[in-house]
Amino acid sequence: MDPRLRQMQRRWTDCRNSLFREGILDDMFMELQELQDERNPDFIVETVALFFTNSENLIRDLYSELAQQNVGFRRVDARIHQLKGSSSSIGAKRVTNACIAFRDFCRARNLTECLRCLQQLKEELLLVKSKLETLFELENQLVAAGGSIPRVQRSF
Amino acid sequence: MMESSKGFSSPRSTAFPAGLRVLVVDDDPTWLKILEKMLKKCSYEVTTCGLARDALKLLRERKGGYDIVISDVNMPDMDGFKLLELVGLEMDLPVIMMSVDGETSRVKKGVQHGACDYLLKPIRMKELRNIWQHVFRKRIHEVRDIESHEGLEGLQVTQSGFDQFDDGHFFSGEDMLTPAKKRKDLENKHDEKDFTDSSSSTKKARVVWSVDLHQKFVKAVNLIGYDRKDVTCLVCSAEVGPKKILDLMNIPWLTRENVASHLQKYRLYLSRLQKENDLKISYGGMKHSDLNPQDAARALSRQNSINFEQNDATNCNSRISGNNLLIQNLNSKSNEINPRGTTITEKSSPGISHSLSPLEQEMKFPAIDGITPGSYSWREVPEIQFHQENAGNQPEDCFRRVAVPMGGLQNHVQIDQLLPVTSISSKAQLPNLIETKPLNVDYAISSFTQASPVKTRIDSFPVPTKIHTGNQQAIQPPSTNKPSMESQAFNPSCVTNLESSQRNFSSTTPESAFTSPDEVLQVGWLQDYSTCLGLQNIEFPDFGDPSMVAEVPMHLYTALKFDFEQLSDQSELPVINQGLFIA
Repeated sequence: MDPRLRQMQRRWTDCRNSLFREGILDDMFMELQELQDERNPDFIVETVALFFTNSENLIRDLYSELAQQNVGFRRVDARIHQLKGSSSSIGAKRVTNACIAFRDFCRARNLTECLRCLQQLKEELLLVKSKLETLFELENQLVAAGGSIPRVQRSF
Repeated sequence: MMESSKGFSSPRSTAFPAGLRVLVVDDDPTWLKILEKMLKKCSYEVTTCGLARDALKLLRERKGGYDIVISDVNMPDMDGFKLLELVGLEMDLPVIMMSVDGETSRVKKGVQHGACDYLLKPIRMKELRNIWQHVFRKRIHEVRDIESHEGLEGLQVTQSGFDQFDDGHFFSGEDMLTPAKKRKDLENKHDEKDFTDSSSSTKKARVVWSVDLHQKFVKAVNLIGYDRKDVTCLVCSAEVGPKKILDLMNIPWLTRENVASHLQKYRLYLSRLQKENDLKISYGGMKHSDLNPQDAARALSRQNSINFEQNDATNCNSRISGNNLLIQNLNSKSNEINPRGTTITEKSSPGISHSLSPLEQEMKFPAIDGITPGSYSWREVPEIQFHQENAGNQPEDCFRRVAVPMGGLQNHVQIDQLLPVTSISSKAQLPNLIETKPLNVDYAISSFTQASPVKTRIDSFPVPTKIHTGNQQAIQPPSTNKPSMESQAFNPSCVTNLESSQRNFSSTTPESAFTSPDEVLQVGWLQDYSTCLGLQNIEFPDFGDPSMVAEVPMHLYTALKFDFEQLSDQSELPVINQGLFIA
């Protein structure tokens, strides 16, 4: 194989592996990769895009909810639950964990901690988003250069 | 988002479980997309819905168009458990719940509400591969039921909507059926029928728990614990076993399994009502505002509580405001039309009193005495029924004793009764109900409250109007006259809707026979009365032949059928339930 392509492949693999190693993504993402096939070559990209659109809306709602005079903690809890479920769909493990911590403080009605958690949550989302964008970009480059994405291995 | 499934009614070209028609409901678009992909990879036919409301609409519109439903627990427009219950009641489809929350209590709740499985998110594809087993399991049970009353003359065999389990598919795997048959052999004392023939040649029939049948069931249940005041406890106790009930019921073609599953549903229903018992409801008249389903349910359950004596008639009255309106119409009409004249009132009192439980008596009598177009009409109807029943029907008396709050059940029953009513009118024989024209609607208890935590499937309840009227011709004259009166009472559109609902009931397929309780209710109520119950989602499904409805007091059936919990005014509900149940 073209050494250039091999290098691109390696870079893609490293990026992907780091995502899992750092716990940013978990098994579920691998499951998604297995779902992608010739019929839906952009399945992962589309799904991830859906997730981020949805989660950005939820984050916005959370901010506005926590900014209320009388914070509706029940609504906040519902939003967190939604985000937790959504993040589990693409395997964004750290986002899911951040949701769990957030929910605990929400149930304790600790506004200060809630705000902190929300900030944390937002950062985790940005992290996974940027990492995935990098991964997709590497994929595009690889494919554009005529290479192919290495078959995903469950164990990395 | 809603996508139509492709060829949901078309026969499958591949072997089961491929082509399994799955309806996925989830408010999370990401999960919806993923699940769709996963299920398609399993070779299933997938339809997705982002709202529970849409899902219900789809399910109702395409009865028999889906094999299984997978739904998330947390959804914005409707609680997943509620949807679960409704689907189970109306369509009798297996429902799988999903959630990212795996708390034991939630899972428990799912099971209690009738979920056949509870998946934790994130869901892997391999978990979805095996969901067909739930569909298969249900079909196995149904086939067993079919065989049990295969030869029953006049038994209405209903299409179970299980298209793909046609001869080609389902029975191609006859070996799969053999175990079921063997099981049946062991458990059944009935004559062995050729399983293959019966199953493959006929449409799949299910045990239709007609009003009459359910009456017998409840009667048997009560006989077992006759001394017990608290029927709810009784039913939930270990004493009340399917075998005992089956023996008491003495229905040759009924199997122990039929009774067992029915008992389970009945228990769930009772426990749900009991839970709701502590809610004090005092609704006056119909409310236009959104109903609090839980309040309504609680009101209903309270009403239905065995400790009925504590509830006064007014309380009952107020609770069933929704029904009241219909009943009122019905009532006044029946008063006018009833050939027996005002004797109904008089007769029913004594007639009912002895057979009614104390609770019922209290409920009924005020209704009877105070028959006015606007008040106790609802109760009135049952009263009339009782009377008629009383006149010549011993079994009915026993049923009246059942003071079980079977609101939902009764509702359901009502619908069922709609069908046989027309036939009943010619021969007022209760037995005929079961034998000649089993209610088409099987376990579809659409009338069950949406908020009810427990999914109970009770097909028919002793609806006062139908069953008993069947026995007594009294109901007929009122019935015949009713349509005209009804049209006067209701807006034309309303009547049409009601009729269409009725038509629906009269259809021969269980799937089509059902309208959502709230739909039916809304038709009757909203159209006719300004005080809207705040019922949402008024939908009028396509219905079949309206002729069946002609003689049936639509109000009554409609009222009975509606979703109690959607009514803001629950005061009447218990009464109705009582009446229905007894009658």
